[in-house]
Amino acid sequence: MITKQQVEHVAKLARLNLTEEEKELYTEQLSKILDYIDQLNEVNTNGIEPMTQPIPTVNVMREDIVKRQFEREDMLKNAPHEEYGFFRVPKIGE
Amino acid sequence: MSAATQTKYEVVIGLEVHAQLKTKTKIFCSCPVNFGNDPNMNACPVCLGMPGVLPVLNKQVVAYAIKTGLALGCQIAKRCKFDRKQYFYPDLPKNYQISQYDEPICLNGSLDINGKRIAIQRIHMEEDAGKLVHAGSDRLHGSDYSLVDYNRTGTPLIEIVSMPDMRSAEEAREYAQTLRGILRYLDVCDGNLEEGSMRCDVNLSLRPIGSTTFGTRTETKNVNSFKSLVRAVESEIERQSEILDSGGRIVQETRLFDENTGKTFSMRSKEEAHDYRYFPEPDLVPLEISQAWIKEIKETVPELPHEKKTRYQEEYGLSLDDTKVLIDDKNMAEFYEAVVRLGANAKKAANWLIGPITAYLKENKTDIIDCCMTPKQLVDLLKALENGIVNDNTAKAEILEEILVNGTEVEEIINKKGLSQITDESALKTIVKEIIEQNPEQLKQLKEGKEKVRGFFVGQAMKKTNGKASPAIVNKLIDEFLKSS
Repeated sequence: MITKQQVEHVAKLARLNLTEEEKELYTEQLSKILDYIDQLNEVNTNGIEPMTQPIPTVNVMREDIVKRQFEREDMLKNAPHEEYGFFRVPKIGE
Repeated sequence: MSAATQTKYEVVIGLEVHAQLKTKTKIFCSCPVNFGNDPNMNACPVCLGMPGVLPVLNKQVVAYAIKTGLALGCQIAKRCKFDRKQYFYPDLPKNYQISQYDEPICLNGSLDINGKRIAIQRIHMEEDAGKLVHAGSDRLHGSDYSLVDYNRTGTPLIEIVSMPDMRSAEEAREYAQTLRGILRYLDVCDGNLEEGSMRCDVNLSLRPIGSTTFGTRTETKNVNSFKSLVRAVESEIERQSEILDSGGRIVQETRLFDENTGKTFSMRSKEEAHDYRYFPEPDLVPLEISQAWIKEIKETVPELPHEKKTRYQEEYGLSLDDTKVLIDDKNMAEFYEAVVRLGANAKKAANWLIGPITAYLKENKTDIIDCCMTPKQLVDLLKALENGIVNDNTAKAEILEEILVNGTEVEEIINKKGLSQITDESALKTIVKEIIEQNPEQLKQLKEGKEKVRGFFVGQAMKKTNGKASPAIVNKLIDEFLKSS
């Protein structure tokens, strides 16, 4: 189960503005999803190490060598707004 | 801290130090780590958090983290992983920072400051965020909009977290300075607080003296120098004690130090804003660190400042103060050791480096390795002094700078400038005799035991020889003259 307060909290953290209807809807839907996942708790996991990564590989690393593969112009193409080579974003208020 | 506060509360301080690592590339992509480039010149789709990109870990970052851990006596994890720390801020385009949460690479180390052991809880690796430029006004809340430069995004950091073991502003400063010394000796970080390559966050709380539980703490950021660190701690102690004195409650929050006012101000409430929802980073595989790799890195850990401090005093017979000056800069310490290895007298070499050479370096804002002088040349100069070829004043005034600036050989300078000390007794005897005869009054005083007058005669001899007379021989001749007259 998930409460409406939890949905509001998560929405706030994710910077989402939800309507009252959406809050109700997501509370119900998220609860269903969590209940579904809860079935996993039926499996006995005593003595089994938690797995943080499904791939058995370890130690994928690269050498410390500089490669410049991208131009700033291209990187700024996806910016909704740019100014003097910077990304321009709305004023930050806490 | 006021005397009243001192007797009432105990200060509890822990430091979180972020150190930018001196790698060539970023932690998860091959973009260069460069400062002072034009905005967004060093940003790629990984830096910008584009969908579908994959981070690839820089091996050198891991090596530097292990090296630091070894120098601080930490256990190196056999296995560790990275995690996502989620928060929304425009300097972080992915909306999460890749960090290490519950499995840091290093655990349980320590650092000794003036005989007190400060425990180090952990060291973990993470990526730095970008930089915001607030347009419209230089004040955060007065800005109309913000400009973002992602050059710094992905710069490798290690965060070194101490236990709350410090009890005063001085201890906090000493810890931070000692730590910086180690990072610099390890050559893993510049340790420049002003430029932000080393950043100190101060966790501070007060508790009644005798209490064993911790009070509510605040975290103070934006401390850009050791002086600011001391001021920030002192101002936060004062602020918290005033609240406690008036029966108030400390709010757990992040505060910023303001260099201009010397005070801290609230940035955000920690309880509300900090819900990072960490989870394992699925785009990176775990690290398994072999004993062989640790051993290999261990061999690259140099003799550290505190080890040199002990050795210089024991082996070279230097004072603690002299030792501190020499080891403050690794290059200076290495230069000194090279000079001693080449056979120079350890104390005399130290005196020259700490005295005239350090004075020159400070005046010209330069470093010993940026000067042209080689250790061998300083040895030559010390030998010329020891053998009486030149005297102290000539060496300082005429020779030293010439070596430092141009790297000219000592012998060449002496020959070119005709600086050889006059050690020919018969030549000096004539001069001493003449001076004595010309100054009967002073001679009388010297005979009466006024030793101060001796300096007058030596000075006169120097004047007549353009400073080249050997003071030892002049003194000897004066003695002979006194005896025979």
